[in-house]
Amino acid sequence: MRIELIKRGTPSATLRYLSPIIGLTLAVITGAIMFAIMGKDPAVALYVYFVEPLTEAWSVHELLIKAAPLILMGAGLSVCYLSNNWNIGAEGQFIVGALAGSIFPVLFTGFDSFIVLPSMVIFAMVGGALYAGIPALLKAKFNTNEILTSLMLVYVAERLLDWLVRGPWRNPGGMNFPESVRFPEFARIPQLMPADGRANWGFIASVIVAIAIWVMLSRTLKGFEVKVIGTSPRAGRFAGFSATNMIFFSFMLAGACAGLAGIIEVAGASGQLRPIISPGYGFTAIIVAFLGRLNPLGAIVAGLVLALTYLGGEAAQISLQISDKATRVFQGALLLYVLACDTLILYRVRFTRTPRATVEAAE
Amino acid sequence: MMNGPAPETLLSLRGLTKTFGTFKANDSVDLEIRPGEIHALLGENGAGKSTLVKMLYGALQPDAGTIVWRGEEVTVPNPAHARHLGIGMVFQHFSLFEALTVAENIAVALPGDIPLRKIAADLERVSKEYGLPLKANARVYDLSVGERQRIEIVRCLLQQPDLIIMDEPTSVLTPQEVDQLFKVLRQLSSEGKAILYISHKLEEVRALCERATILRHGKRVGDCVPNAETAASIARMMVGADIHEVRPARHDVDRSNPLLSLKGVTMDARDTFGTALKDVSLDLYAGEIAGIAGIAGNGQTELFDVISGERLAGRPEQVMLLGRPIGHADISQRRAMGAVFISEERLGHATVPTLTLSENVILTRYRVNSGLKSGPFLNRGKAKSLLETITATLDVRKSAPDPAAQALSGGNLQKFIIGREVLEDPRVIVVNQPTWGVDAGSAARIRQALIDLAESGAAVLVISQDLDELFEFTDRLAAIAEGRLSEFEPVAKTNRNAIGLKMSGIFAGDEEAAQ
Repeated sequence: MRIELIKRGTPSATLRYLSPIIGLTLAVITGAIMFAIMGKDPAVALYVYFVEPLTEAWSVHELLIKAAPLILMGAGLSVCYLSNNWNIGAEGQFIVGALAGSIFPVLFTGFDSFIVLPSMVIFAMVGGALYAGIPALLKAKFNTNEILTSLMLVYVAERLLDWLVRGPWRNPGGMNFPESVRFPEFARIPQLMPADGRANWGFIASVIVAIAIWVMLSRTLKGFEVKVIGTSPRAGRFAGFSATNMIFFSFMLAGACAGLAGIIEVAGASGQLRPIISPGYGFTAIIVAFLGRLNPLGAIVAGLVLALTYLGGEAAQISLQISDKATRVFQGALLLYVLACDTLILYRVRFTRTPRATVEAAE
Repeated sequence: MMNGPAPETLLSLRGLTKTFGTFKANDSVDLEIRPGEIHALLGENGAGKSTLVKMLYGALQPDAGTIVWRGEEVTVPNPAHARHLGIGMVFQHFSLFEALTVAENIAVALPGDIPLRKIAADLERVSKEYGLPLKANARVYDLSVGERQRIEIVRCLLQQPDLIIMDEPTSVLTPQEVDQLFKVLRQLSSEGKAILYISHKLEEVRALCERATILRHGKRVGDCVPNAETAASIARMMVGADIHEVRPARHDVDRSNPLLSLKGVTMDARDTFGTALKDVSLDLYAGEIAGIAGIAGNGQTELFDVISGERLAGRPEQVMLLGRPIGHADISQRRAMGAVFISEERLGHATVPTLTLSENVILTRYRVNSGLKSGPFLNRGKAKSLLETITATLDVRKSAPDPAAQALSGGNLQKFIIGREVLEDPRVIVVNQPTWGVDAGSAARIRQALIDLAESGAAVLVISQDLDELFEFTDRLAAIAEGRLSEFEPVAKTNRNAIGLKMSGIFAGDEEAAQ
């Protein structure tokens, strides 16, 4: 018995759009079964996970705070994946972006000017882009595997952050806690509706950036180049497009998005650097990119959905004593189902019996 | 059936049908082969020859119909079973491991654990018997295409088949090698082995085959004795209509200022198994069609790449376009100067398979046609209107207004590509394998388009493996062998034998190569 994947003649267009919804449904069912096995009432658990966070204003604000970095990085990573550049290191670019953006408020605490916040944003984007430029350079010059290098640089960035907040950037008046100074008000991203909750303009920025990347991909020659190089590198070279330049373009664009996400997180919700500034946003953004069909507009929706799993996970931890690892399991199941749906929409599975007897007979 | 008792008929296919989605690749096809017969299976590309053969060889399963082998109805679940029955196949594209020896390659394909020494002995015996010289210990990467084909044939013969299927066996051979192959096939036939010979080269079929079955659009449209027909009458049966004859351009060419020149270009092979270019020079003039003959893999790809700019020459002045050194200019700059490039590989090189035709217009024209872009933004409406022009001028047949490139048949896709490249009256046209795998009707249309361009003052360079085509419509011919280019000669002053010798690497006054 052998299992074969056979390409379908004309894959259903409707199903291709439905694929993320089917994947999501399957992931929710899997979650329910998982909760049941853990001895919790699945209906209650699912309510706590997916509905309760949407019932209160402050909690919707929290949703937008968590969605912003996911949307930004999901949109940026879409460009990488469409051009066949496998950037797995958005998490590291997020951290380095946050560090670069924090240079002003941490080292020049007293420098109060309207240019501080814009400079922080620019520093963060440049920092993230340059950090993403390292795996790009290694791939372009030495043909290294960018999946490995970008992933390994995540751990380098995490150590760097850890060292800075415990060492040179530690708040002198912070009772020896591993934290930087709290950013002054002029170095914070303003809140949207302070009366209701903490959400800030970072969410609006993330939606604008996602729309801008969508326009780039669908309307410009550069976006056309991304698609051509991603699907058919030889045709891309024939068209006069440079695959090497595309490595830098896609990596550094995604890095800039991640850097922006990083500064939005530290200058927005948290207001200071701590040893851990991200609950794995950079990795979850990979799921956002695929759930959003590698379309930046899709990433906006997918970013909100994945943000909900974070919030739901926190709520479930408090009210049902479910470990926050359940959130990672749920996110992983979601990615698995979406990719499986995509595969099964493009291919059909055939079970074949291979008569082994013919080999002996031929002798 | 008609031929009475079983021994008279080795194989008969009855009503074989295969459907892919809504497309009937084979529609109730009958075929009969007698022992020892050389039987031709003819048809244009897409007529269903490959599908039929794959069902016979067990690579595909028929939806309806029966296969009767030696008087018994059989099913062929897989190629191993086909070989067990006594059906062997020599593929058009060889499946050999370049880094292994001849004997090792054969050992890999044979069932069971036969000692390598025994295989080497069998191999040398069979290759002597049939005049197919092969050395058991030679590494495949050192061998010519003709020698590689011999490995495939010997590998097939070692399994003692009664029927050998040969898929386009001569497409990669020089005329001399073709003669050699025909001798072997006739000997096999005289020993009672039947051969199913798939080809679209009608002269060869007339010379070799006793009977022919002709397929068109998946149906059997007729039988004939090729020797009793003319190539034109067989072609009519294949196409279902008379083929438009091309009108060759024959006029004087001003040879003072070449539009395109290569000067002593030497270049590494593209990959381990490519061929390096060695000191290649040529001049191409306005108003002419120059042809370069050669067997696949003798440096044609490298030559095309260095002219198109996909790979850059050593020094800028080694490639001259319209009198300007462009050896270091990229492909877009060369296009902007009025050169166009039509590559051999239609899907994945000349076009992106999954993109629509109008997007594929943008692919090579965005730099040349200013209407396609405004600032960084694309003008897709303009691309669609260009596509309509292309469709109308070259009669591109498509199922939807703007389908994906991969949805077109080979011939229609090639017409689209040619149409796209010649939109803005190019000065220099370089084309690799213009009609490879293209049906006869489209091929004639494509050649006519190239002739018209030359008549209007463009310079055309055609790289092709099809000698018939080159003799039909070029003015001057050269051959490329192992990365070296021979001198050009007027077509009227040369012949197939002379070109054939050059294709095998023996150039005039070249004692070293002649040895």
